[in-house]
Amino acid sequence: MHEFRFEPVQLPPSAQTLRNDVRAFIAEEVAKGAFTPSRNSWSSFDAEFSRRCGERGYIGMRWPKQYGGHERSALERYIVTEEMLAGGAPVGAHWVADRQSGHQILRYGSERAKQTILPKIAAGVCFFSIGMSEPDSGSDLAAARTRATQVEGGWKISGTKVWTSGAHRTNYLIALARTSPKEEDRHAGMTQFIVDLSLPGVSVRPIYNLYGGHDFNEVVFDEYFVPDDMILGGVGMGWKMVTGELAFERSGPDRFLSTYQLLLESIRALGPDPDDHPANEIGRFVAHLATLRRMSTSIAGMLERGAQPIVEAALVKDVGTAFEREIPETFRHLIPTEPTLGDGASYPELLGMTILRAPGFTIRGGTREILRGMIARGLGLR
Amino acid sequence: MSEIRDDLLKTVDRIFDEHCPREVRESAEAGAWPAGLWRALEEVGLDRAALPEDAGGSGIDFEDAMFALRRSAYHGAPVPLAETMLAGRLLAAAGIEVPPGALTVAPVRASDRLAFVRAAAGSSVAGAVHRVPWGNLCERAAVVGELDGKDVVGLVSTAGTVVSVDKNLAGEPRALLRFEHAQLLALAPFEGARARLEAEGALYRSVQMAGALERILEYALQYANERVQFGRPIAKFQAIQHMLAVLAGQVAAASAAADAAVEASRLAPDEFAVSVAKSRVGEAAGKGAEIAHQVHGAMGYTREHNLHYSTRRLWSWRDEFGNETYWQTRLGRVVAAQGADALWPMLSRL
Repeated sequence: MHEFRFEPVQLPPSAQTLRNDVRAFIAEEVAKGAFTPSRNSWSSFDAEFSRRCGERGYIGMRWPKQYGGHERSALERYIVTEEMLAGGAPVGAHWVADRQSGHQILRYGSERAKQTILPKIAAGVCFFSIGMSEPDSGSDLAAARTRATQVEGGWKISGTKVWTSGAHRTNYLIALARTSPKEEDRHAGMTQFIVDLSLPGVSVRPIYNLYGGHDFNEVVFDEYFVPDDMILGGVGMGWKMVTGELAFERSGPDRFLSTYQLLLESIRALGPDPDDHPANEIGRFVAHLATLRRMSTSIAGMLERGAQPIVEAALVKDVGTAFEREIPETFRHLIPTEPTLGDGASYPELLGMTILRAPGFTIRGGTREILRGMIARGLGLR
Repeated sequence: MSEIRDDLLKTVDRIFDEHCPREVRESAEAGAWPAGLWRALEEVGLDRAALPEDAGGSGIDFEDAMFALRRSAYHGAPVPLAETMLAGRLLAAAGIEVPPGALTVAPVRASDRLAFVRAAAGSSVAGAVHRVPWGNLCERAAVVGELDGKDVVGLVSTAGTVVSVDKNLAGEPRALLRFEHAQLLALAPFEGARARLEAEGALYRSVQMAGALERILEYALQYANERVQFGRPIAKFQAIQHMLAVLAGQVAAASAAADAAVEASRLAPDEFAVSVAKSRVGEAAGKGAEIAHQVHGAMGYTREHNLHYSTRRLWSWRDEFGNETYWQTRLGRVVAAQGADALWPMLSRL
């Protein structure tokens, strides 16, 4: 029987200084008109902003200095990410590379991969996508059919990835491919490859989302060549690495702050002296948010200690994304308006954009149902 | 887990194993004082565990005392441990010597007011107070109110004050007491006494609910693994697995919220953290109890199964010392008044 414990963390003494630095940076950016907080989410892509984050040392914070990192702790990194999200900063360009890909390369990459790629990620000029899902392999990742065959000096990849966010603008992706036929253990025989999207043999086509936005892509590999030193970990280690990545992917503040800007604008719209009912709903959301933040920072503490809190991360994502989705559903009753298509320039547009994005929250990064299955396994039920 | 927590866990578990069999629970619900159980708690000093050492405390941290309270709630203990701790802390904070024995507090209902009167022969208190937890079985109560425009805390005997006794859903007594110029055994000024009583009461109920939630998750997991239908344990059905995953999420969130509030309230209750805890844990109590019962089917609806000792407490405690709406509205008003831009600094302070 598994008991989930979210032990408290002690933030480092540098926490408040770091927080103030990030807040000052965001305020400066907003003041010079670089972005409007309410229009952003962690999927907003702004390469120039990412470069300035790199200059400030806000990317690759935990990595060794020899690879462009800053040798800071998981909790310090946590503070920067939550301040960015709370401030509505357009962090989408570097988000995936900073959150998970860079960490994977540092841990499992060849020396050449580490030396050529990590410093660029940390500088905020090199961006990543995630190459896991396929047309017939979504929640069931082990069903992946993209195949890599060994050739002289490396591997050739053929197959198709889908829902590849940002691939039309990122530099690399990490592709999960089958390197030996399916065995009884269906998780065996999978390998992760670093794919340079600027090289021949890979093409990227848009898949427009429900509101006409271009974030998703279909990425097709046709005999794409990957040299041996761009394999992550060993051949056949892909599954283990993918699941290890999930604790990073699922436990962060990006799993409960996706609709934070709508919460803020709703509080603003309701004014300093709301009626009982709106005050009650605001209070409820704040109580949820404070609790989620505590659970999420606790996981950052576990990561810091080198643990792999995969089930705890699944739990935070399940609870966190349910919370994110409630925010538009509640405020549409309290601030009656007709949601409007647009980019979030007004309250009706912000509400509209949030409603249209909301279905994705409980799908991306592992569906709610997959997460609950993992939690059930953690509880000893499977 | 620290060594002291480990010891506390073993001690509390042993006491409840030895002194809280089913007959004791049932007789307590019928109105009897569980003397043996209470004596066992007193013998190890749990009744005074939350007191500062110089006020007669047992020298353990406040957080460890709250851990013991939580564990007693895990066992569904039919004793006024929270109330005794609460009254003791209040008296000690006001500089009043904490008497031995089980204690309670009043008023606990927002609309109740006690009148304090100073006289040459000694001060007294008057007025009716509703739903006083264990008020008929605790010999003394810590009472709060105003005297000459100043907040005060007093200590009073409950002898002869019991008008009637209601029960909460768990069968715990909630008494109507009427003080008719009852002589105060002690009186001291204490700024913000009433607010402190309310917030600290809400904190303790949050901690207790977190303990009871932990228990119902254990019951539900155990039952799902044992109960066979359609040829396999119901734990193997995806529908049941997902319900239990949601229950685990509620329990984990409740624990996190209660722990955060305890940490922030070592010296005195932190209003923000307590508002968060009573709101979040109260919500988890309702949602969690619903799932635990659904998983148990008809068996959990019987008196025979132990589940109800925990769920009836959850359904009671969430409404005591302010329900979710009370604390959420209060929290929402603070947030709205300070404005959207102040929210993040407030959240990230913790």
